[in-house]
Amino acid sequence: MSSLNNPFDPDRPLSRCSCGNHGSQSEHDIAVAAGDVDALNSRVVQSVVMRALFPQDAERRKFLSAVGASTAWAAISSLIPFGTLEAMAQEKGSLEKKDLKIGFIPITCASPLIMADPLGFYKKQGLNVSVIKTAGWALIRDKVQNREYDASHMLAPMPLAMSMGAGSNPMPINVATIQNTNGQAITLHVKHKDKRDPKMWKGFKFAVPFEYSMHNFLLRYYVAEHGLDPDKDIQIRVVPPPEMVANLRAGNLDGYLGPDPFNQRAVYDEVGFLHILSKDLWEGHPCCSFGVPADFVKQNPNTFAALYRAVLTAAAMARDPKNRSLMAEVLSPANYLNQPKTVLEQVLTGKFADGLGNVQNVPNRADFDPFPWYSMAVWILTQMKRWGYVKGDIRYKDIAEKVYLLTDARKRMAELGMTAPKADYQKFKVMGKEFDYSKPEAYVNSFAIKRS
Amino acid sequence: MNRLTLKAAFLSAILFAVFIGAWHLATLPTGGAVSAADAEYAKLMGAGAQKSDGFPPPAEIGKAFVHYLSDPMYDKGPNDKGIAIQLGYSLLRVAIGFAIAIVIAVPVGFLIGMSPLAMKALDPFIQVLKPISPLAWMPLALYTLKDSNVSGIFVIFICSIWPMLINTAFGVASVRRDWINVARTLEVNPLRKAFLVILPAAAPTILTGMRISMGIAWLVIVAAEMLVGGTGIGYFVWNEWNNLALPNVIFAITMIGLVGMVLDLLFGWLQKLVTYRE
Repeated sequence: MSSLNNPFDPDRPLSRCSCGNHGSQSEHDIAVAAGDVDALNSRVVQSVVMRALFPQDAERRKFLSAVGASTAWAAISSLIPFGTLEAMAQEKGSLEKKDLKIGFIPITCASPLIMADPLGFYKKQGLNVSVIKTAGWALIRDKVQNREYDASHMLAPMPLAMSMGAGSNPMPINVATIQNTNGQAITLHVKHKDKRDPKMWKGFKFAVPFEYSMHNFLLRYYVAEHGLDPDKDIQIRVVPPPEMVANLRAGNLDGYLGPDPFNQRAVYDEVGFLHILSKDLWEGHPCCSFGVPADFVKQNPNTFAALYRAVLTAAAMARDPKNRSLMAEVLSPANYLNQPKTVLEQVLTGKFADGLGNVQNVPNRADFDPFPWYSMAVWILTQMKRWGYVKGDIRYKDIAEKVYLLTDARKRMAELGMTAPKADYQKFKVMGKEFDYSKPEAYVNSFAIKRS
Repeated sequence: MNRLTLKAAFLSAILFAVFIGAWHLATLPTGGAVSAADAEYAKLMGAGAQKSDGFPPPAEIGKAFVHYLSDPMYDKGPNDKGIAIQLGYSLLRVAIGFAIAIVIAVPVGFLIGMSPLAMKALDPFIQVLKPISPLAWMPLALYTLKDSNVSGIFVIFICSIWPMLINTAFGVASVRRDWINVARTLEVNPLRKAFLVILPAAAPTILTGMRISMGIAWLVIVAAEMLVGGTGIGYFVWNEWNNLALPNVIFAITMIGLVGMVLDLLFGWLQKLVTYRE
C-alpha cells in the first residue's frame, strides 16, 4: 500500500514512508530488494506528485471518485510534466529502445563510435547497436532525416546547419559529444611539392568532404589568411572522403583538406604529401560530432543516456595513447575503415611519413576530446556567417547552447567518473588570431575577405 | 553446327589466353626503386607490402577470386558480407523492382496497345519520362520515400517499366488483324480474347521488352547501390574502391558481368518458349 500502487485508484490509500516514496520502511526495503525499482519508477513519481497535491489521502480519494481517474490524470498531467519527471527519476532506468542504428563515414574521426562496438561498450549499456558504413555526408543527413539512423557520426557544423535549416529541411539535431579533435590535414598532389606557399595556389582545385564541415571552414580560413579568396581564386568542390585519393590520383584535384586516413593514404600511395596538419591551424579544433535528433533525445531519455555513456567511455579509451596501435588493428578490416593497418597506425600514433621524405612524430595529430564546448559552436556559426551560408542576424549563443548538449555531457561524464571542464566557453586561437566568443559579430567583421 | 560451336569455343579460349598474357606482361613489376633511402620512412610508406600502385597483374585478381569465392557466405557484421550475400541483396532488389514493373507495365501496355486513343494520349508522358536517367530519380526518391532500400527498388522499377510498357503496347497493337477478326466472328468474349489470342501473339515482343528491362535494371542496381550503400554488389565495389583495392574491384566487375549474362540467358530461354512460327 504505497507509491507502488496506482495513485489514481480512489479505493487505495496513499500513505507515506520515511524516505517519502513508500508506505513504510519495510515496503521500501522490499521494493529495493526486488530489484524492480525501475519498472515501478513512473508510478513512484506519480505518487509523489499526487501526495504533494493532496496531503490528505481522503481528499485525493474524494477527488478521484468525483471526477474519475482518467479525467484526473489528464488534468494533472497537463500541469505537471510526468514524462520529464519520470525520465529524471529513472536515469539508469529501462531503455525505451534497444536496437539502434548508427551511421558512420569510414574515417578515423569515427573511431570512438566504431570502437564502442567491438569493445562491447554499447552492449555493456544494454544496447544492441549496428554501426552502418555510409557513402557520404549528404546521405548521412538524409538517413538521419528519414529516421533510418537513430544517431549518427556527423561533421561538427552539420547539426548546427540542420537545426537552422541551412542546406536541408530544418530538423533539430543535438550534438551529444565531439567525436574527435585535430586529425585532419591539407594534402597536396606530389607534383606541387615546390608550391608550399599558398599564394601560389591560384586556380587550384581543392576538395572538402561537405559544405557544412570544419574542413571547408578551415580551408577557407587558411587560404584567406594568405590573401586568396576561396570563392574566386581557388575552386572548392565537395567530394566524399573515400573518393578523395582516387580523385587526387586521377588529377581531378590539386589537393584537399580532408579527414584521415585519406591524407595518410595519399602519402602511402605516393600520390600526395601532407602540406600542413589541421592542428597547426587550430590546436584542438573539433572535427566530427556525435549527432542525435532532438526528438530521439526527448522520446528515449534512458536510451540516450545509455548511448551517451557508451560513446564517452569509447572516447576516453580512444584518448589514451597506449590504445592507439590496437585501435588501428581493430579498425583496419573491411567491416570498419577498410584500410591498410600501417596507414591507420600512422594517423593514430602520430608517427608518420609526410610524403616529403621525413618521418614526423606528432603524438596529438589526432585526438578524441569529447567535450562539446559552446565556444566551438559559436566559432562555426561565425564562419557560416562569414562565408554567407547563413544570412541575417544570428543568435550565436542561443543556437550554440540549444544544439550542443554541454550540460548533459558534463553530467554523463560525472556519472562515469570523468572530469569535465568547469567553463562552458573558452577562448582559443586560430592561426594565431584570438577568437573572443563573447563578440562573435565583431569577429566576423574583422576579416578582410568575407561574403557577408 | 556443332563443329562451329567447338571452333568458336576454341577461338574464345585463345583470345582469353592472349588477353591475360598481354595483361600479365604489361603489368610485370618494374623493380621500382624505393623512393626514400631511410629504412624507417620506407617502412611507413609500406615498402615491401602489396600496394595498389599501377594496374594489378592478373595473378592478383586470381587471388581475389580464390579469396572471395572460397567463402562466399561469410557475414562479419553489417558492413562486411560475403560476395554471394551481396549478389543476393542486389538480385533481390532487382527482382522486387522488376516484379512491380511487370505488374504495372503489362496491363497498362495492353490497354495502350488495344486503344489507339490511349496510346496517343499517354505517348507524350512516356516519351518525356523514358529518357530520364533512373539515377536522377534517386535524390527525389530518398527525399519522398524516406527509405534508402525502397528508393533502390523504386529506381529499378522506374528504369525497367518503360521498355516493357512500350514493347507490350507495340506487341499488342501489332497482333494480326485476321486473328482478332476470327475471334470476333466466333464471338469470343473480350477476356478470353485477351488471354487466348492477343497475349500469346504478343508474348515474344513482351518478353523482348522484359529482356531489355532486365539488362537495364542490372546495370542500374550497381550504380544505385554505390550511391546508397549498405548492402549489395554496388556497395561492395564502392567499399573496395575506398580501399583502392583494384583486384577486388575487378573481381566484382567480373561477377557483375557473369550474373548479367546468366540473367540475359534466362530471358533468352523464356523468349524461345513463347516464340511461334506463323
